[in-house]
Amino acid sequence: MIELLNISKRFLDNVVLDGVSLDVHDGETVALLGPSGVGKSVTLKTINGLLRPDSGDVIVDGLHVPRLGRKEIQQLRSRIGYVFQYGALFDSMSVAENIRLGITDEACSSDEAYCTNRVRDCLRLVNLAPDVAEKYPAELSGGMRKRVGIARAIAGKPKYLLYDEPTSGLDPVNADVIDGLVERLQDELGVTSVVVSHDVRGSFRVADRVALLWQAKIRAVGKPEEILQSRDPAVQQFMERDLEMALIQSESETDRETHGPDV
Amino acid sequence: MANGAALTLGPVRLVARWSLRSADHAGRFTFLLVDMLRGLAEWRIYLPRTFEQSLAVGYGSLFIVLLVAGFAGAVTSLQTGYQFTGALPLYYAGAVISESMILELGPVLTALILAGRIGARYAAELGTMRVTEQIDALESLGRSPISHLLIPRVLAGLLVIPALTMFANATGILVGYLTAKGSLGLTYGDFEYGAQFFFRPLDLWYSLVKSYAFACAVTLIPCYVGYNAQQGAEGVGRSTTGAVVSASVSILLLDAVITKLLLTAK
Repeated sequence: MIELLNISKRFLDNVVLDGVSLDVHDGETVALLGPSGVGKSVTLKTINGLLRPDSGDVIVDGLHVPRLGRKEIQQLRSRIGYVFQYGALFDSMSVAENIRLGITDEACSSDEAYCTNRVRDCLRLVNLAPDVAEKYPAELSGGMRKRVGIARAIAGKPKYLLYDEPTSGLDPVNADVIDGLVERLQDELGVTSVVVSHDVRGSFRVADRVALLWQAKIRAVGKPEEILQSRDPAVQQFMERDLEMALIQSESETDRETHGPDV
Repeated sequence: MANGAALTLGPVRLVARWSLRSADHAGRFTFLLVDMLRGLAEWRIYLPRTFEQSLAVGYGSLFIVLLVAGFAGAVTSLQTGYQFTGALPLYYAGAVISESMILELGPVLTALILAGRIGARYAAELGTMRVTEQIDALESLGRSPISHLLIPRVLAGLLVIPALTMFANATGILVGYLTAKGSLGLTYGDFEYGAQFFFRPLDLWYSLVKSYAFACAVTLIPCYVGYNAQQGAEGVGRSTTGAVVSASVSILLLDAVITKLLLTAK
């Protein structure tokens, strides 16, 4: 279980999080929604200790993350897979080497046969062909990089998966593929997931519960249908804006299909 | 706009801000050094990467280091000939060329060249890894960026830079002798006599001590600056420039301090 207890974080004069509290139960997928720059990624980074909150507590598996020592936090991180917004793949390494780095169990990471099989399994789980293993990140498309990032995050068989904007920068078709992948991994691996996103439709598809981060605070938490029915003006404003954007996007796609691409 | 705002702050606030920033850097640099010392226990991780880095930076830098050392030896030889001819015995040229190369030009020129070559490489590599979240990714996989990225780079520099300095010394002396032979008609016997007349074994240690100190500046400063880079491509550019300038200035400062200390001890 992941518990965020009244956490606050500021960068110089900019208050990013102000008393944020959220529980994520075992086996659950929670989507953390909010506009860009509202502190969603900062929240995610406090969960695996990449950032330390100025006040408040983060508890993962009963461990108080801000108080953990170097070794303990490394051990905890090996149980948390983290999917970065732009993949954060090591560009000097092949896809296979990137995924191998995700195998955090020392005994397994030195077993060549295990690692080869695990890389192949992870690529299969994210719908990538085995020959992708020998490619370098620069040779991959944006969607493929995201999928390799997910493959690396699940290589260590984590208990928790944290997704930082898994669909940002992707076209709607690829975004749907990634959303489907998040949903499928949840079913197949049974992990506890937190998905940070500003894409309402995708988040509603994958999440059991949705939390809206608004002006450094959690504004609303609930099941997707509860959030949709919320009468809170901030929630309604965010939902309407996202649906408008989706409408504009789908209209422009229809135009492109009818008239061909703009030159 | 930013400069205008800074000017309106007033000198006292500017000095205070600069002092705070310097203290912040000093603190973070010290913590980084402590983390690196702790990370030395993880030799299984950093040793293979150290050899890779040593080959990359050592082999790749050899040509430019020898080229610069050769020119330095040749120019020293020509200058010595111009100053000494008719005033001092010719064998003095052997002493001046060899001592200049071993005590000063070999270590300092090599370090300055490598501050540009290795320092810029380290700062740009680590800075790019920082802004593209590759360092965060490494940490989130439960792995230490210190033992995976920093220790191999620093150790590679400490292995390679003193060796390159010794090659530079030898090349500078050889090219200096050949130039003196061509321009002054200095014989090998006279050159050897002059070189041995003033040479003390301590001079080589002196050169080695300097090269180790410079190796620390060439590796540690760019690693620290690159590791803490921020704000995208512009931040990487700024940190790379800052790393090379800081490393170069540190080399010159260290040179002055070590020269004073070692010559006093002599």
